[in-house]
Amino acid sequence: MTLTKAELADLMFEKVGLNKREAKDMVESFFEEIRMALEKGDSVKLSGFGNFQLRNKPQRPGRNPKTGEEIPITARRVVTFHASQKLKSLVEQSFDGNQSNA
Amino acid sequence: MSMTKSQLIEILSARHSQLAPKDAELAVKTMLDAMAHALAKGDRIEIRGFGSFGLNYRPPRTGRNPKTGEKVQVPKKYVPHFKAGKELRERVDLAAANGAPILDTGNDVDDED
Repeated sequence: MTLTKAELADLMFEKVGLNKREAKDMVESFFEEIRMALEKGDSVKLSGFGNFQLRNKPQRPGRNPKTGEEIPITARRVVTFHASQKLKSLVEQSFDGNQSNA
Repeated sequence: MSMTKSQLIEILSARHSQLAPKDAELAVKTMLDAMAHALAKGDRIEIRGFGSFGLNYRPPRTGRNPKTGEKVQVPKKYVPHFKAGKELRERVDLAAANGAPILDTGNDVDDED
């Protein structure tokens, strides 16, 4: 099983009582607001879940794995996620490596 | 600056003004809860345009208690992992290329609950 926007929208309908269109909009704007904050240069801290942070990475030497040709990997900004202690503990305590069939 | 969960709830509440403010709060909590529980079951999360979450395996290892130097067995475990999706990667990188500074690295005190 994979959790996607469709399942989250179903939950907005079932648990929050939003209509189908509102449910879809809510899920979309939840992720869009996080993207907008990161785009602006802000980090995003969702307590109990984790933090999204930004890092500037300098240019570094790279290689085309097929041809072996050297090509620089350009400087870039990347998003990193750090799970909260609460989420890490939840995963450690409830998942032992056996894929769920749910 | 950083955006917190309560600020995100306020923004969503303002954007969805037809809803009661309590609904935005319940919506955010319900989504984060569903995401945390999906990972706890070992399921993946795939949000197109945002990114995907999964678990990474950490094999068992022998560690040391930094205080006593004593050897301790650290069992295998799984840790949450996020990979940014194409749209998020491109938008963040484009903002950087246009000279937008990082306003907050998020490296200050961790406010856990």
